[in-house]
Amino acid sequence: MADFTVNTVLDCKGLLCPMPVVKTKKTINTMAIGEVLEMISTDPGAMPDMQAWAKQTGHELLEAKDEGGVYRFFIKKTH
Amino acid sequence: MGSENGNGKPRRLALISSKGTLDWAYPPFILASAAAAMDWEVGIFFTFYGLPLLKKELDAKVSPLGNPAMPMKMPFGSEGFQNINWPMPNLLMANIPGFETVATGLMKKMFKNKGVATVEELREACIDMGVRLIGCQMTMDVFGFDREDFVPEAEVAGAAAFLAYAADADVSLFI
Repeated sequence: MADFTVNTVLDCKGLLCPMPVVKTKKTINTMAIGEVLEMISTDPGAMPDMQAWAKQTGHELLEAKDEGGVYRFFIKKTH
Repeated sequence: MGSENGNGKPRRLALISSKGTLDWAYPPFILASAAAAMDWEVGIFFTFYGLPLLKKELDAKVSPLGNPAMPMKMPFGSEGFQNINWPMPNLLMANIPGFETVATGLMKKMFKNKGVATVEELREACIDMGVRLIGCQMTMDVFGFDREDFVPEAEVAGAAAFLAYAADADVSLFI
């Protein structure tokens, strides 16, 4: 297990593009810098989308896990 | 911030939305909300048949007529049944009263079943994230729309104003 603590969990299961990134953005906005968001998605497009989202926004994608149909993303708010 | 172009400014997306059917209402709002979620500046210019997408009450419909690439699928039944692409000749569809309403209902149901947000939800997300929704003044005059017909967040401008905005965009798309 990685060395970080999850502060907020966002369940996006069942939602398709673009709602996982939209909801991730909205949730990140409510969090404090340094906190970690866990976003859970079942959208197969979420893996490339969240990597692009992190690259564009500058928030840090600590870990992205593919658990066979369920994807977990751990994102640290950096700014 | 990560979403900057080479000039230290936020990235910018400039979209032209020119089609008002339910299927074509999706791409501008999907792209705009995704871009805004990535901290991009986003403006959508609604012109010609795209303009009604600014109306307070959306009533976008889909027509399979003259749209031969549109798959006709049923949003219920077994997976195998749902995957059947029903061959519907255009001539037949043109002659069934209410076919457009049926097709619109089927598409909305299919999208909902699959977890796609409604156009209303996507537009709301765009507004929440500060996407600029710009109505085309000329189209308003031609088709008889008033500013009051649109959501209060909508702006009104002409081609020159939109082009000035798009001139500084990193991505510009005509939809």
